[in-house]
Amino acid sequence: MPTLTIDGKEVTVDAGTTVLQACEEVGVTVPRFCYHERLSIAGNCRMCLVDMEKAPKPIASCAMPAGEGMVIHTDTERVKTAREGVMEFLLINHPLDCPVRDQGGECELQDQSVAFGGGISRYDENKRAVGDKNMGPLIATTMTRCIHCMRCVRFSDEIAGVDGMGSLGRGEHTEVVTYLDGLLDTELSGNVIDLCPVGALTSKPYAFTARSWELTETNAIDVMDAVGSNITVDTRDGAVMRVLPRLNEDVNEEWISDKTRFSYDGIKKQRLDQPYVRKSGKLVEATWDEAFNAVKKGIKGLKGKEIAGLVGDVAEMESMLAFKDLLGTLGSKRIEARQDGAALDTSVRAGYLMNTGIAGIEDADYILLVGTNPRVDAPMVNARIRKAVVKISLTVANVGSAEDLSYAVEEFGDDATLLKAIKTGRHDIAKALKAAKKPMIIVGQAALAREDGAAILKKARDIADKYCMAEGWNGFNVLHTAASRVGALDLGLTAAGGIDAILDDAEANKLKAVFLLGADEFDSAALKKTFTVYIGTHGDEGVKQADVILPGTVYTEKSGTYVNTEGRVQRSEKASKAPGDARDDWTILRALSDVIGETLPYNSLAELRMKLMAAAPASRTLDTLPTEEWGDFGTDGEIEKGGIQPAIDNFYLTNTIARASAIMADCVSAREGDQQEALKVMGGSHG
Amino acid sequence: MSTEAKFAWTPENEAAAQAHIAKYPEGKQQSAVMPLLDIAQRQNGGHVTQEIIEYIGDYLNMAAIRVQEVATFYTMYNHKPIGTHHVQVCGTTPCWLRGSDDIMAACKKTLGIEKGETTADGKFTLGEVECAGGCVNAPLVSINDDYYEDLTPEKMVELLEKLAKGEDVKPGPQNGRQTSAPLGGPTTLKAFVGKGKGA
Repeated sequence: MPTLTIDGKEVTVDAGTTVLQACEEVGVTVPRFCYHERLSIAGNCRMCLVDMEKAPKPIASCAMPAGEGMVIHTDTERVKTAREGVMEFLLINHPLDCPVRDQGGECELQDQSVAFGGGISRYDENKRAVGDKNMGPLIATTMTRCIHCMRCVRFSDEIAGVDGMGSLGRGEHTEVVTYLDGLLDTELSGNVIDLCPVGALTSKPYAFTARSWELTETNAIDVMDAVGSNITVDTRDGAVMRVLPRLNEDVNEEWISDKTRFSYDGIKKQRLDQPYVRKSGKLVEATWDEAFNAVKKGIKGLKGKEIAGLVGDVAEMESMLAFKDLLGTLGSKRIEARQDGAALDTSVRAGYLMNTGIAGIEDADYILLVGTNPRVDAPMVNARIRKAVVKISLTVANVGSAEDLSYAVEEFGDDATLLKAIKTGRHDIAKALKAAKKPMIIVGQAALAREDGAAILKKARDIADKYCMAEGWNGFNVLHTAASRVGALDLGLTAAGGIDAILDDAEANKLKAVFLLGADEFDSAALKKTFTVYIGTHGDEGVKQADVILPGTVYTEKSGTYVNTEGRVQRSEKASKAPGDARDDWTILRALSDVIGETLPYNSLAELRMKLMAAAPASRTLDTLPTEEWGDFGTDGEIEKGGIQPAIDNFYLTNTIARASAIMADCVSAREGDQQEALKVMGGSHG
Repeated sequence: MSTEAKFAWTPENEAAAQAHIAKYPEGKQQSAVMPLLDIAQRQNGGHVTQEIIEYIGDYLNMAAIRVQEVATFYTMYNHKPIGTHHVQVCGTTPCWLRGSDDIMAACKKTLGIEKGETTADGKFTLGEVECAGGCVNAPLVSINDDYYEDLTPEKMVELLEKLAKGEDVKPGPQNGRQTSAPLGGPTTLKAFVGKGKGA
């Protein structure tokens, strides 16, 4: 624990702290470009120079470990001159095109140039120009602006775990490139835009659409997966202009996935902006009154057991509760949220949560993945696993079909019957679990959505019970893929027989009416004969058989409560305006209840949230990782032989918003193009 | 259909590569990337290709981009085919003071090419390098693995003409000096020792 003096203030820091970090601890700002607390130290921008007594020249504070008795000055004339000098060199080849570029107004180079630069340029020579690079449909490049801090290279290598980027050449000819000018093939690529301290890497979809100072920032929660990444939604005049990550060490750190960041154009496309009613086979535009009356007519005389509801993957808890209450007033308790048929049961809360928390991955010393591909199911969880693999040599074993997770994995095939051998203790995995101090098992939806999902759940539970429990440690984890899922399970939105039974009964005409709350991830052909009410946002699967469409809002357009895969309850704020006649889903349900029967007992969001706290006690505590009682869950049964199929076919197309997004479609076709290119090259060399 | 044969080590070069890898601890085999690139460059007739970069990446279990970073950072790796004789004129201050500009001019005139170019017959590639570390014998050029030192423009022309005809040339000082001993002697320290005793 060295003690050093910084600008006259004494501070004691942990061993291994750098001088720059020590400066931050005492509140002294040190300018920097290449240093980033989540990346390895590079020391190549030299902006962080400070004076150290007894040193002949200024030192790079980002790379200098704090030592006992050091005396650091950051406010001397020499430091000022050094910074001005470094700044002048950095700007030699920088185009200074701030007024016409996207980064202007939120650029570290611009800010630090104003704060620490010399104010004028003495450079009269020609500046160098660098050709722009192709980095796929998401990242725009203007490499002339690059100052070679190498943050993007270190990010892709260290955090994302892909070998896509590097710097070629030397000296004035140095260029940051992607390998062979190819796509940066990671779900986390957008983060290099945030990391770039200049305007070399900017967002392609956001290019020239807004200036940073025109935007209104709203704190929201992402719904593209079940991680609940903390995001900022930037809007102008009520329209979403971009989505950025918001720091939350326990959830997404400061990263977000490309789907979270770039699917926002899907919010504006293919939206349902007014009610529709099906008349003689065709959907025609209607007023709210007409639509509500059509629902009233459609369910007239139906018994409760002839009505069922399906809940989609991006619904917030408030509308799910209103949905449950509305169907309750109609006498139906048959509501199902597990669209993928996952055999989760609601009897024990710990049985459907990621009990260790996402941050808990960094404490684990052994992870067994069962039927999950975290890279696709939840890129933030995958980034956390990779971090632990790299930093603390965490061992990851995989039973499932996941490939190329960006870190070393011990593969054990995809046969689910392995779980039996692990439970009995005969298998190598069992021995490893036993030897580990804090082992965890992560069960994915791919395993639970099988016919024998309940038996797999039970077996996984038993394995966790036998090997993964320690003092203050419950190593049983379920990794969800749907943002609404845990909230729905907290509200008890499961029905016997699951979605298959509901669809079968609908086809057999035993069910006469089905309400869909943004449910689009199933084959709606089964609802042909059924009176179907769709409350949702996009013209997707759910509207195909709908008889009445009630236009709702997407996640950026409402204040909502979401529970992520850890059971962490988070609240998202309203950022943008809903299009046309679309309304918040809960208000639609409340208004509909007025027309078709019993009025729901809440007139405001606050009143609804009071009811929510009663209905789902877990929702009372916000932003906290819950500790849940362990118990027995799942169903004993035979596990079938055979491979576990992936839960998600295409990362970029998992929900209605992503499917409506042209940017996500570009991501898909860019990858297909890459594959075709690769096939061509291979064909060439073989032929 | 590609006409070029796929790159693979010759048995001798494979052995040489393994000898370099063996110098480093287990798991640190990437440290051998530079000598391996050099061996591959020689095997390939003087330049490395993208295929070689990927081959070495696979061979050392490292990403191709990391190999490419090394291969583009160091000027000793060529990325285009070069002539049989790679003439590199040192142009740094000591050589420059001793007339490297004239040496370069002589090369250009004799070969009929500019810096960075290769003669039409594929025999010579001309380049300029920073300090070759032979300042005491300035000016000098390096041709492939040998230094030719204490040059004059006339000697340079002679050298190039001999090489063009395929005649043998002798590396080292071209003005009769023994290595970097004084021109005309003495060539050993004994001369000094003897003088000291006599006085």
